[in-house]
Amino acid sequence: MPQGTPDPDLRPSPEALLSAAEQEGRGRLKIFLGAVPGVGKTYAMLEAAQVRKREGIDVVVGVVETHGRLETEALLHDLEIIPRRKLEYRNRTFDEMDLDAILARQPQLILVDELAHTNIPGSRHPKRYLDVEELLAADIDVYTTVNIQHLESLNDTVAQITGTRVRETMPDRILDGAAEIELVDLSPDELLQRLREGKVYVPEQAQRAIQRFFRLGNLTALRQLALRRTAERVDEQMQTYMQAHAIPGPWPAGERILVCVSSSPHSPSLVRAARRMAHRRHAEWLALYVETPRHHRLSDADRDRVAQTLRLAEQLGGEAVTIPGHNVAEDLIRYAQSRNVTEVIIGKSLRSGWSKLWRGSIVYDLISKSGNIDVHVINEADEGPQRTPTSPVLQRSAIHTYVLSAAAVCVAGVTAKILESFLAFPNLSMVFLIAVLFSAVTWGLGPSILASILSLLVYDFFFVAPIFTFTVANPQDILALVVFLITAVLTSNLAARVRYQADAAKHREARTAALYALSRQIAGAAGLNDVLRAIVTQVAQVLGAKVVALLPEADQLVLKAGHPADMQLTAAERAAATWAWQHNQPAGRGTDTLPGGEWFYLPLGTAQGTVGVLGLQFETPEVVISPDQRRLLEALAGQAAVAIERTRLVREMMRARLLTETERLRDALLSTISHDLRTPLVSIIGAVSSLLTYEVTFDEGARRELLLTIQEEAERLNRFVGNLLYMMRLESGAIELRREWIEIGDVIGTALSRLTRALGQHQLVVEVDPDLPMLRLDFVLVEHVLVNLLENAAKYSPPQTTIRVRARREGQSIAFEVADEGIGIPAGERERIFDKFYRVQRGDRQGAGTGLGLSICRGIVEAHGGQITATSPAHGQGSVFTVTFPLEKELPTMVER
Amino acid sequence: MTTSSIRVLVVDDEPQIRRFLRTSLSAHDYRVIEATCGREAITLTATERPELVLLDLGLPDIDGLEVIDRLREWSTVPIIVVSVRGQETEKIEALDHGADDYVTKPFGMGELLARMRAALRHRLQAELDEPVFHAAGLTVDLGKRIVTVDSHEVKLTPKEYDLLRILVTHAGKVITHQHLLREVWGPGSLHETHYLRVYIGQLRQKLEPDPAQPRYILTEPGVGYRLRMEDEG
Repeated sequence: MPQGTPDPDLRPSPEALLSAAEQEGRGRLKIFLGAVPGVGKTYAMLEAAQVRKREGIDVVVGVVETHGRLETEALLHDLEIIPRRKLEYRNRTFDEMDLDAILARQPQLILVDELAHTNIPGSRHPKRYLDVEELLAADIDVYTTVNIQHLESLNDTVAQITGTRVRETMPDRILDGAAEIELVDLSPDELLQRLREGKVYVPEQAQRAIQRFFRLGNLTALRQLALRRTAERVDEQMQTYMQAHAIPGPWPAGERILVCVSSSPHSPSLVRAARRMAHRRHAEWLALYVETPRHHRLSDADRDRVAQTLRLAEQLGGEAVTIPGHNVAEDLIRYAQSRNVTEVIIGKSLRSGWSKLWRGSIVYDLISKSGNIDVHVINEADEGPQRTPTSPVLQRSAIHTYVLSAAAVCVAGVTAKILESFLAFPNLSMVFLIAVLFSAVTWGLGPSILASILSLLVYDFFFVAPIFTFTVANPQDILALVVFLITAVLTSNLAARVRYQADAAKHREARTAALYALSRQIAGAAGLNDVLRAIVTQVAQVLGAKVVALLPEADQLVLKAGHPADMQLTAAERAAATWAWQHNQPAGRGTDTLPGGEWFYLPLGTAQGTVGVLGLQFETPEVVISPDQRRLLEALAGQAAVAIERTRLVREMMRARLLTETERLRDALLSTISHDLRTPLVSIIGAVSSLLTYEVTFDEGARRELLLTIQEEAERLNRFVGNLLYMMRLESGAIELRREWIEIGDVIGTALSRLTRALGQHQLVVEVDPDLPMLRLDFVLVEHVLVNLLENAAKYSPPQTTIRVRARREGQSIAFEVADEGIGIPAGERERIFDKFYRVQRGDRQGAGTGLGLSICRGIVEAHGGQITATSPAHGQGSVFTVTFPLEKELPTMVER
Repeated sequence: MTTSSIRVLVVDDEPQIRRFLRTSLSAHDYRVIEATCGREAITLTATERPELVLLDLGLPDIDGLEVIDRLREWSTVPIIVVSVRGQETEKIEALDHGADDYVTKPFGMGELLARMRAALRHRLQAELDEPVFHAAGLTVDLGKRIVTVDSHEVKLTPKEYDLLRILVTHAGKVITHQHLLREVWGPGSLHETHYLRVYIGQLRQKLEPDPAQPRYILTEPGVGYRLRMEDEG
């Protein structure tokens, strides 16, 4: 008996704490469990709800089936009922619980009857218990009812008891995860009494079935089942409590159960049995499938069944494992030992009688090899008519390999005949051995066995004395024949095994290669679009499906990439994708949510949240994804999610960098403005105040000089303000080009006339080629560029030096240049001078003007599609600024008028 | 020509600008009347009858263009607008609405006085009835249709002559591209700026001593052309 007080030295088990933590933020589920319909579950639920209502809880009714019973209806009358959704299916209208309305209403407690109910196609989830899970996730408490027969793990047991198999099942985890279970119990006698009194709901059509169902034996057995289950639950709760509070108790020894999965139709019930056993013993359990060479020759239906059985195991809470192997018993035991399995569950007969004879029963094999692992052999119950066993269908290609194999034997026979005269008799069998080996390596075990037998016959008939009979004269030859046959079979077996392993290895390598290829492509992809394209292409290739990638944009999922490109999704598909994104769970075909569509959606999640959704559509809609493929898909999805996250982070990093850069420029701008605005004002104010105050002390010349200073500095200030405005307009993109046909010579002339005084101290040489084609440029802006270049030339070269202006045609552009003989620009700075606020560092002789002029020139030139560069002249020192504009494709026509 | 007390209306909302204009223009014998806003300008034009209006386009109450419109409804007084650098469309619009010329802020007095003289010359010219134009080495006899440069006669095509004639009759004032195109080529050619460029280029080749740095036919960037008068600095 467990001690009742917590031991301060022990710590609560992390699992218990974790599950307790997970309960926070979720609604509480209370299940009213009954053995059979009619015990009064709905009534009990409504009573409990009324009590809560009186306590002040916000109670609403989602779905409650009264079946016309007045007492039940009476309990309903003052509860708010959420109206149901109407759904059309097969030309009939059905009512289903309106999940969205409930989520919008956000009650504290909701009543949902018949937890195992199957929803009409078109609902968000195929089963009501999935609806309930979504309600619980939204922090709404739920009261619900369910009968014991609907539990998945008890499906077989109930079938045995009642003789009918229940189709509407519910996974056990719902029951296990419920916060509270109340058993609504009624003794069978009382129940039968109620039935007689007409208080139990009986649909007209099911009269006879109900009579058979409601037999005393059945009712008692089902009641026992319900009671036992509830008792198990209490036991569990007790243990959880003890674990959470670190109360020492008898913990189960770490048992682990393994159940062997096969393609037999009995396999799912084996899995369920394993689950029940594991559950009772509080043991971990796993389902194992050994993939032998035979697997590849199974029919599609069989292979699917294996995949579904493995998935069932996962759904029931076990682990599903697939391993390659050759001998089921050996490989199974080896794996079991590596996983510390304590008990193996296997079905009674895994092979048909004939194959049992030939290859031995796996069960006996297992038992003999099991060592100290227990083997539990279970008699399998048939799954029912829905799963008819099908024999493996010979694939068409198989037939033609047999024919080819026979042909090979004929060739060998002919060859042997030819060689008969050269070789000794026994050696002729080698030729046939070659044929058998060749057949084994190329076509597999079956054809090679055929080859062995055929070779034997041919050898006997054509070569062993007496020839042309099947009899053997010399007894020694019989030995040779037998040895020959054994050798043939063994080598073909060996060859087949080797070939299979090579195939399996290739298969696995292909999977790994797929993952590697994806990661390599993603690593190489630059932007988000490239990453998405790489992802969809790779996944489509690997899984042979159509793929789309959806990413969130402003709270909505948008289709960003697809393979093949140009995929469109209907609104319903989009809804499924959105659900997957919001809940970070797979949705769509083959899942529990919105399975009606054609697409399967997998959310791409990272630690930061769900970054997007991957959608897949397979060629044939019936394809079931095997657990292996599922794992591969999830691995690919994981990589994809990380890659998408990475591009997003890179974008944010660049944005942050841009922000820093912008701030730096802003600071530089402010300091420059401050300096360059004030400097001219110094001279202006100084000169003006000087004149005003000391007018009489200045002579004509001095006064004139001061006034000239004021004029020059004022003009300088004007230029600076103009440059500043240009720069700001360029930055904000407010520069509008007023393009018109102009002649570059005209621009040069205008600029020169504007600067006659500034250039007065230099030698000016102007060389404009005649007949230059016209350009479409903004006159004012291009003139500004020229003025800037000329001013720079004047500023940075000593007086009396030459400033040269040239304009000429160069191929498909027109180039004009301004060259001076001044201090020049160092080679390393020829690009950087076009940066804002940059000035060539030459001692303290900075020269007037801000560092904006050249950057504005570049901005204007590039806005026209031209180029501006700075170089050194061919001879001597100085700088040459060259501006090129591309010629217009079509020159204007001149019609003589 | 004398400027004996020609009445000039200065319209500007900036007191400092009015002050400096008043001082400078008075020193050149102009009589300055001041208006601080558009409405006042219209009223004063009616009452004081100035011979020239200096109109700042950036007025607080009415748009400068509207002032021009209103004045032009009943007056042919020469209007020179004062605008900001880089607003070429504004200048063209003002000229289209009926202004005679423009100066760009900030301007020098020399420029302003030259513009004023050019704008006033029309009135004076009408009185003098002079068909011959002189400017440096260029002589254009409008009556006989003879053009000489440095005493050499220059042969011009009909279109070239038309162009020159318009420039000469508006000597010293700016003429928009559109105006030139409309007058020489007709109203359908308002977008054929390249015609203008080519013909102006040809004119320059024939008339200018250095076509690359023209002395007579000046380009007004983004607006049009101007024939320089003798006395401009």
